[in-house]
Amino acid sequence: MYGKGLRPLSIATVAMLALSLSLVFFYAPLDADQGFVQKIFYLHVPLAIVALIGFVIGGIFAIAHLRTDNRKWDAYSYVAIHISVIFGVAVLITGGIWAKASWGHWWVWDEPTLVSFLIVFLLYATYYPFRYAIEDRDRQARYASVFAITAGAFVPLNFMAVRMAESLVHPRTFATANGGLPGEMMFTFLCSLAAMALLWTTLVKFELTAKSASGQVKRLRRALDAPVSGGSSRIAPEVS
Amino acid sequence: MLELAAILPLGAPALPLDEAGKYVAGAYIVFVVLLVVYVAIMAAKVQRIERELREVASFAEQRKGADREEVNA
Repeated sequence: MYGKGLRPLSIATVAMLALSLSLVFFYAPLDADQGFVQKIFYLHVPLAIVALIGFVIGGIFAIAHLRTDNRKWDAYSYVAIHISVIFGVAVLITGGIWAKASWGHWWVWDEPTLVSFLIVFLLYATYYPFRYAIEDRDRQARYASVFAITAGAFVPLNFMAVRMAESLVHPRTFATANGGLPGEMMFTFLCSLAAMALLWTTLVKFELTAKSASGQVKRLRRALDAPVSGGSSRIAPEVS
Repeated sequence: MLELAAILPLGAPALPLDEAGKYVAGAYIVFVVLLVVYVAIMAAKVQRIERELREVASFAEQRKGADREEVNA
C-alpha cells in the first residue's frame, strides 16, 4: 500500500536532483560578494527549509493521531520527524562548512539563526530517548504525539522570533519582496527546494513502506504462531 | 556585537576558486555521504524483513505438511 507510486517518485527525485545540481554549477551566476562558496546556499537553505517544514508536518500527523487514535498517523509522524532530523544533521554540517568558508569560523554562538536551529535540532534529538523510554506502545504513541505537536508549534514561533531578532552576520534569506535574488539564482534555488522536498517525500515513503512490510511480517508471524527471531525493533512504530 | 565584528571578516573578498572549491565539494560530499549511509541502513532493514518473510514462509510450509500428515494418519 505504502509502496504504491514509490518508483515514479524516486525517478522524479533523481531527475530533479540532477537538474538542480546542473543549474547550480552550470547556470546560476557566481555571487558578486561570496563567489563560488555561495553555491553551498543551494544545498544548505533548501535542506533547512524542508527540515523545518518536515518537523511541522510531523506535528500535523501527530494531531491526526490524537484525533483519530489511528496508529498509522503515529508512524507517519515518527518517520517525518526521523527524516527531518537527518536533514537537520546535513543543515548543521553544511552550514558549518559555509560559515568556515565565509566567516572563518565553524560556528558563531552570538548568531540567533544558527543557535535557534541548533535548539530546534536538539529538541527533536530528544524525541528518540523520550519515545524509547516508554514501554507501553499506546502510551508511547500518545506521548510522542504530544511531544511532536508541542515541538512542531515551537518551530514557527522560533522562526518568527529569529526574524524579529537583530542579525549579526547570518543573512536573512528572502528578507525583501523579490527575495533579494536575481532571476537565475531564484530559479535555481526554487529547483533545489523542489528537489529537496521530493527527496524528503521519497525517503518518508520509502521508510513507511519498509515499516509496513515489517508490520505485515509480524502480523503473519502472530497469525501462524511462528517463533519470533531476534533483531526486530520493539520501539519504532509499526504500520500494518 | 563589536567583539563579533572584530573576529569575523565581514566584507572580506570572496575566496579564490581553488580554496572555495574545497568547501563547496565538502558540503556536497557530506550531503551525499549522509544519503548513502541512510540508504545503506534502510537496505539492511529491507534485507532483514526479507529474511523474516522467508522464515515465516518456511514455517507455514512445515506446518501445512504436518497438518496433512495428521489428516492422512
